[in-house]
Amino acid sequence: MPEAAFHMAAPAPPMAADGPALLSARGLCFDAGGKRLIDGVDIDIRPGMRTVVMGANGAGKSLLLRLLHGLIRPTAGEVLWQGRPLDREGRLAQAMVFQRPVLLRRSVLANLRFALAVRGLPAAERRAREAEAMERSRLGDLANRPARVLSGGEQQRLAVVRALACRPRMLFLDEPTASLDPGSTHAIEQLVAEAHESGVAIVLVTHDIGQARRLGDDLVFLHGGRVVETGPASNVLDMPRSEAARAWLQGRLYLDTPAGPKA
Amino acid sequence: MDSFWRILGEAVSLILAWDSDLIEIVGLSLRVTLSAVAISCVIGLPLGAAVGAFRFPGRTAVIVVLNALMGLPPVVVGLIAYLMLSAAGPLGPLELLYTPAAMIIAQTILVTPIVAALSRQVVEDCYREYAEQFDSLGVGPFDRVAALLWDARYSLLTVALAGFGRAVAEVGAVIIVGGNINHVTRVMTTTIALETSKGNLELALALGVVLLAIAVAVNGAVMTLRASAVRMAYA
Repeated sequence: MPEAAFHMAAPAPPMAADGPALLSARGLCFDAGGKRLIDGVDIDIRPGMRTVVMGANGAGKSLLLRLLHGLIRPTAGEVLWQGRPLDREGRLAQAMVFQRPVLLRRSVLANLRFALAVRGLPAAERRAREAEAMERSRLGDLANRPARVLSGGEQQRLAVVRALACRPRMLFLDEPTASLDPGSTHAIEQLVAEAHESGVAIVLVTHDIGQARRLGDDLVFLHGGRVVETGPASNVLDMPRSEAARAWLQGRLYLDTPAGPKA
Repeated sequence: MDSFWRILGEAVSLILAWDSDLIEIVGLSLRVTLSAVAISCVIGLPLGAAVGAFRFPGRTAVIVVLNALMGLPPVVVGLIAYLMLSAAGPLGPLELLYTPAAMIIAQTILVTPIVAALSRQVVEDCYREYAEQFDSLGVGPFDRVAALLWDARYSLLTVALAGFGRAVAEVGAVIIVGGNINHVTRVMTTTIALETSKGNLELALALGVVLLAIAVAVNGAVMTLRASAVRMAYA
């Protein structure tokens, strides 16, 4: 097993399949513009596991991630972190990487420094984590370069190591490799795999079936804001039970019409 | 037209001769205006950033008031400052009326809403991009405002420039609270008004030329700085 990349505040064993859920959604609903965009989602995410969220565009994947991370309030239902309603403390134990990396108008190093400084870490601890993150991201030569002039892949790498430098117990990634080339995608997947090996639970939204196989333990398939199928990633990808998942994986159009779903 | 060029030539001669009265007036103008802009930035930038970054009851009303105050007539500001600073006013005991300090206060009242309203817009645009990342990182209110001000610093330079332009060019407020007293509170704009009415067009035009040159130089410097920041993706 490769050396663990990121240390944990409270290490969880990798692939810890048993025990209580780290994060749960119960009857999660979200309405906007008079439409129900997330409809009664119930899921459990186990410590140290990798959960992949898939579904067609507009299925509610990104919205679900934001709800689970507490960035937006659900219309109904609740998100539980270690059995308790998700609060600020719980959210600080999580981190999120967005599809389009949000980098401050500062240098690469200053972006890392900011994320660590707002957590109130002692200077020595900050410096140690900065050095570790720079090494892991292989952005050391670019430390003083403005972050926003980096390539797309480098920017996303910085966003991932910045999130991991905060030592989260759970990392949300919203299509982190969308529109990245294979080399950059591999680098991101490598960072995610290293984080997982050190016990970080991963929740990843992706459209890439290959990536879902490579990085997923569990898979949640969304359609129209509802969870239509969950289970071990390989099972769902190889033997989908729901028509929506089957149609999507086979590349067929699956539409919701007033008369009902149509494949 | 001939007389315009003749007066302009004499005005340029006055500038080149480094006329002591002219230097004194320009110096006081810059001192008053730069002080007022600096104080306005200290007050207006965090205020604008806070309004831009936070949602609170009455926020829309605050934005409407800030935007409305951008159009404050300088003479009205001068009058309000005069009433506050006059012997019978609440700040009368400070005996600041007809001093450069009074002029700084008046210009600060005039410029602060401009700085606050424009920085609110700049910061709000920046915050729209950062908001979710800040929420995710658990950035506290103070750190949010500080980070937004720092990251929008090159755009905010333009805001300060707008405040400077407003302050350096206004005449109504400073003439009311300063009194245009020779060697005490006489600044470029009040001198231009006075010397024009006296028919001393050379000095008036010389000051006009200096005023324009300062405006062009400051604009040029800020735009150059901003352009280099844009190239570095810091703006």
